[in-house]
Amino acid sequence: MKLSYLSSLLKRMRIPIHNTKDTLVGTPATRNLRYDYKRHLKERVIEILLFLAAFFSVFITFAIIYMLISESLVFFEHVSLREFLTDTQWTPLFDDAHYGILPLVSGTVVSSAVALLVALPLGTTIAIYLSEFAPFTVREIAKPFLELLGGIPTVVYGYFALLFVTPLLQMLIPDLPGFSLLSAGLVMGIMIIPYVSSMTEDAMRSVPMHLREGSYAMGATRFQTAIKVVMPASLSGIAAAYILGISRAVGETMVVAIAAGMQPNLTWDPTEPAATITAYIVQVSLGDLPHGSIGYQTIFAAGLTLLLMTLAFNILGHLLRKYYREVY
Amino acid sequence: MNHVKNLKEIRAVISRHKRWDSLFLVAGVMALMIAILTFIALFSHMLIDGMPRLSWDFFTSFPSRRPEAAGILSAWVGTTLVMLVTAVAAVPLGVAAGVYLEEYAPTNLLTEIIEINVTNLAGVPSIIYGLLALGLFVYQLGLGQSILAAGLTLALLILPIVIVATREAIRSIPVAIREGAYALGATKWQTVADHILPYSAAGILTGVIIGLARAIGETAPIITIGALTFIAFLPPAPVQAEFPFLSFEWLMAPFTVMPIQMFNWVSRPEEAFQANAAAAGLVLVVMTLLMNGLAIYLRYHLRKKIKW
Repeated sequence: MKLSYLSSLLKRMRIPIHNTKDTLVGTPATRNLRYDYKRHLKERVIEILLFLAAFFSVFITFAIIYMLISESLVFFEHVSLREFLTDTQWTPLFDDAHYGILPLVSGTVVSSAVALLVALPLGTTIAIYLSEFAPFTVREIAKPFLELLGGIPTVVYGYFALLFVTPLLQMLIPDLPGFSLLSAGLVMGIMIIPYVSSMTEDAMRSVPMHLREGSYAMGATRFQTAIKVVMPASLSGIAAAYILGISRAVGETMVVAIAAGMQPNLTWDPTEPAATITAYIVQVSLGDLPHGSIGYQTIFAAGLTLLLMTLAFNILGHLLRKYYREVY
Repeated sequence: MNHVKNLKEIRAVISRHKRWDSLFLVAGVMALMIAILTFIALFSHMLIDGMPRLSWDFFTSFPSRRPEAAGILSAWVGTTLVMLVTAVAAVPLGVAAGVYLEEYAPTNLLTEIIEINVTNLAGVPSIIYGLLALGLFVYQLGLGQSILAAGLTLALLILPIVIVATREAIRSIPVAIREGAYALGATKWQTVADHILPYSAAGILTGVIIGLARAIGETAPIITIGALTFIAFLPPAPVQAEFPFLSFEWLMAPFTVMPIQMFNWVSRPEEAFQANAAAAGLVLVVMTLLMNGLAIYLRYHLRKKIKW
């Protein structure tokens, strides 16, 4: 009895009781409260395991960078960086091999530009409409619908571009070829709208209400409020949405692989067929290239170029976000 | 006199601005209509082309050189098995990472690096994951063009989605719940396992479904690892009649998946194959729409039901 009182007193004074196996101190209840090494060890082990799971994402990044750079280095032993950046032909699988990335870059840039000309204005308009104009019920229906639209597999959009949009465009532009950057870009643009609109809308809705109320109190209309108050206030979020749209357009694969053709073509004309970086990777992967051949290494060099392009946009987006950040 | 003139001018300005207002309203509705009409055109075009091909035989036949006899048996079986691997790999890893970042992580440089890294991974084009998988899984780890390699590739791809969904679900649980658990003497892990995870399970499930819906339609990374497009056989069955009843041979089997089968049919010049592509696309779209719809429903249902 006395002993148990003592031990509970020690507990309250936060003095740990380290009793040996043969002396039993305290009642069963207080014994349960003793510092339990096993229990703490288990906690530590679990924490370490969870940390490893979180750190795994960093490992993925390093694995991506390592894989692309190590294979590209082998590639650049065969091909000089100068040839890679300045040659205007990309024919690595021909006898007369040329390794100029420019045709693939031009295809990527043109198809992305067409896509963004569709996605950014339409996506922004939808976002402003949903955030500032639309009644509650319209927004509650339109948002999940747009989400569904964004969930459709890209290969299905590719099918749609090749077999629906291209014939439609050929009615307007009679000499449009069966594969074109234009139709791939247009469909890609529609595909990206949900990403742009939902992120832009989230950014605009997070602008505090009192800014709008102040604007309305000054006699501004909803459109003026949206353009001159809400948009500037949410510029950092809008920039992030645009950057995401750009990265998606640049990295999009199946739509261009199906509808834009797979022939590298140095052109800035959207009505021509041309391969993008991603389409080239798909084309090579469809064939049967032996591991370690120069053709195998070209897709890693192309992939590295693609990653650097999206990385550049992401850094730009990060800077824009920092620059335009508004704090309320 | 001057006063009246001023009033007129002001009214003109107001009505001009109001005109802009209603003009933009029309523009907004039109932009939304373009998105909706595209979806309707896409769906109805596939429906018209693919509906005649949709029959029981289409689901139970292998791909074939004759378009009217071709089916998607090996494709949907492949998709199911690959999704199984993806879910088994991505869910524990993603949930564990999300729990760590929300509940355990100290605010330091390393945590910040992990957080920025997760955001950046979500922006990496999917074909880059394919290249990683080609080098790492197919050649360095020697998994070959197998179901296991494809499933792991897609798991890496949806890992950021699962992590972000887990974090959001956990963040919506009030601090009072944790404080209550600690006050009763629970350890951190007991709090997480008995309270945080059960309460956030539905939110996490929503994220997992969205992630899998994304993975099911991913074509590029699977093409990149070199998956074959003409597979006229099924992987070995996972359940067997004799001991030990379970077999994991199917993990290393070659395979094809729905989007690859569709891509294969789209890129053929014969029109009859394009009807097959439309039918396969229809199945694929209905699958993703059902999954996304389920996720959206779950989310709305949750938002209404939970009151802390």
